[in-house]
Amino acid sequence: MKIYLDNAASTKVSKEVLEEMKPYFSKEYGNASSLHDFGQRAKKALEKSRRIIAESINAETEDIVFTSGGTESNNFALKGVAFANKEKGNHIITSSIEHDCVINSCRWLEKQGFKITYLPVDKDGFVSPEDVEKAITKKTILVSVMHANNEVGTIEPIKEIGRVCRKNNVYFHSDACQTYTKIPIDVQEMNIDLLTINSHKIHGPKGVGALYIRKGVRIEPLMHGGGHEFKKRSGTENIPGIVGFAKAVETAKKSDITHMTKLRDYLINEIEKRISEIILNGPKGEKRLCNNVNFSYRFIEGESILMRLNEKGVMVSTGSACSSNSLEASHVLLAMGRKHEDAHGSIRMSLSRDNTLEEIKYVVNQTEKTVSDLRKMSPLWNR
Amino acid sequence: MEYSKKVMEHFTKPKNMGEIKNPDGIGTVGNPVCGDLMKITIKVSKNKKGKEVIKDVKFKTFGCAAAVATSSMVTELAKGKTLNEAEKITRNDVAESLEGLPPLKMHCSNLASDALKEAIKDYRKKKNK
Ligand SMILES: Cc1ncc(COP(=O)(O)O)c(C=O)c1O
Repeated sequence: MKIYLDNAASTKVSKEVLEEMKPYFSKEYGNASSLHDFGQRAKKALEKSRRIIAESINAETEDIVFTSGGTESNNFALKGVAFANKEKGNHIITSSIEHDCVINSCRWLEKQGFKITYLPVDKDGFVSPEDVEKAITKKTILVSVMHANNEVGTIEPIKEIGRVCRKNNVYFHSDACQTYTKIPIDVQEMNIDLLTINSHKIHGPKGVGALYIRKGVRIEPLMHGGGHEFKKRSGTENIPGIVGFAKAVETAKKSDITHMTKLRDYLINEIEKRISEIILNGPKGEKRLCNNVNFSYRFIEGESILMRLNEKGVMVSTGSACSSNSLEASHVLLAMGRKHEDAHGSIRMSLSRDNTLEEIKYVVNQTEKTVSDLRKMSPLWNR
Repeated sequence: MEYSKKVMEHFTKPKNMGEIKNPDGIGTVGNPVCGDLMKITIKVSKNKKGKEVIKDVKFKTFGCAAAVATSSMVTELAKGKTLNEAEKITRNDVAESLEGLPPLKMHCSNLASDALKEAIKDYRKKKNK
């Protein structure tokens, strides 16, 4: 039995998406910039996809720029806005729990002379809109706060943050890779100026994403070339990927959210009932992403939990240092005030619409057994 | 994580896991803050030639799969050896017996031989009191 609970990392490409993509590899393979039939058909597919994605977030069609994924969209938003607005100021505000591609873009911008404020979060991972407002100065050009955190599933108050930004005339960017199609997004109502979304978290292909850029936002391209994507992102468009991305959006259903929420709450409740000395990382209830479960199992280490579960066919992820190339524990958990040893013992289980209650029951049993076995082995566990 | 078969064997079915009651020596190395903590307990007795040997050895480990596997392996390597021999077991010996460790794990999770040395040191210190 293979049970995949790492859907926050990536998801399976759905059948519908795969079928939709197929013709664009070897039948409809034209370049969307070409004037002949094949080119024009590619162009049509491209523009249809753009429309679908724009409508899904209540954006203007021309405000969607396709990219190679979440990482590129975040790099583009931060660096592009920073360099285009240097005259106005050099200050950017973000949170301390952003995805590495935001944090490391910010670190790079610091080397280029920009000043970055990394806002703290509370014990559940929430950024406070008041903190955002207090951090804004005359030099602030951009605020970037993610919609929901990829490790602990905390849903940030981005509507309130958007309001603060609009009031203070500062651009607002949000990384919505984890929430897109899982939480309704309306860029008008939420006062979002730039929004990062990607495809492979929603049963679409890897290597495709988009950046929503509100009309009038000053931004420098990262990619210079033939002027594709409204002169904002040059490079021949990845038509199969883009078509698949749009199909993934079209095939996401409300009932998927209900299903994942149910499984999530079952998993959280059962683990809390059956395993002692654990810490739920992130909030409970409505403010938690529908597919995220993240616990720290005290006195044991996450990579060993992960590897033992993997032996049983259950695939999860961990915030332990031992599993990262940097050998540092999750910056998200540390920012939430977790102790290092508890961050090392964290396991994230992230669901998809394809998971079943039967699978989750098996996972609960295996988790209980694994934790108990490893605790018997731990010099920190004395009972 | 790409681990050798041998590492996975010792990780999923570790040898000599536990703690010796009234041990002759205790060695603890590492720090849970860094993600690794190992405790090795030994029982020492004399062999026919009158040399001190490790009669029994057990480990308890908080850490990743490599940390557990190296702990298990070092107990296997040490069992029955004279203290002088056991002391000479290096991190490399442990890693080689496990058919290699991922490069990233060579330093941080390969502390088991150090814990064994500490246990022997502890035994000698107690004896010479
Ligand atoms: C919140 C968040 N932002 C950005 C990314 C990066 O996206 P991509 O893998 O498409 O580059 C991810 C996923 O890896 C993510 O979870």
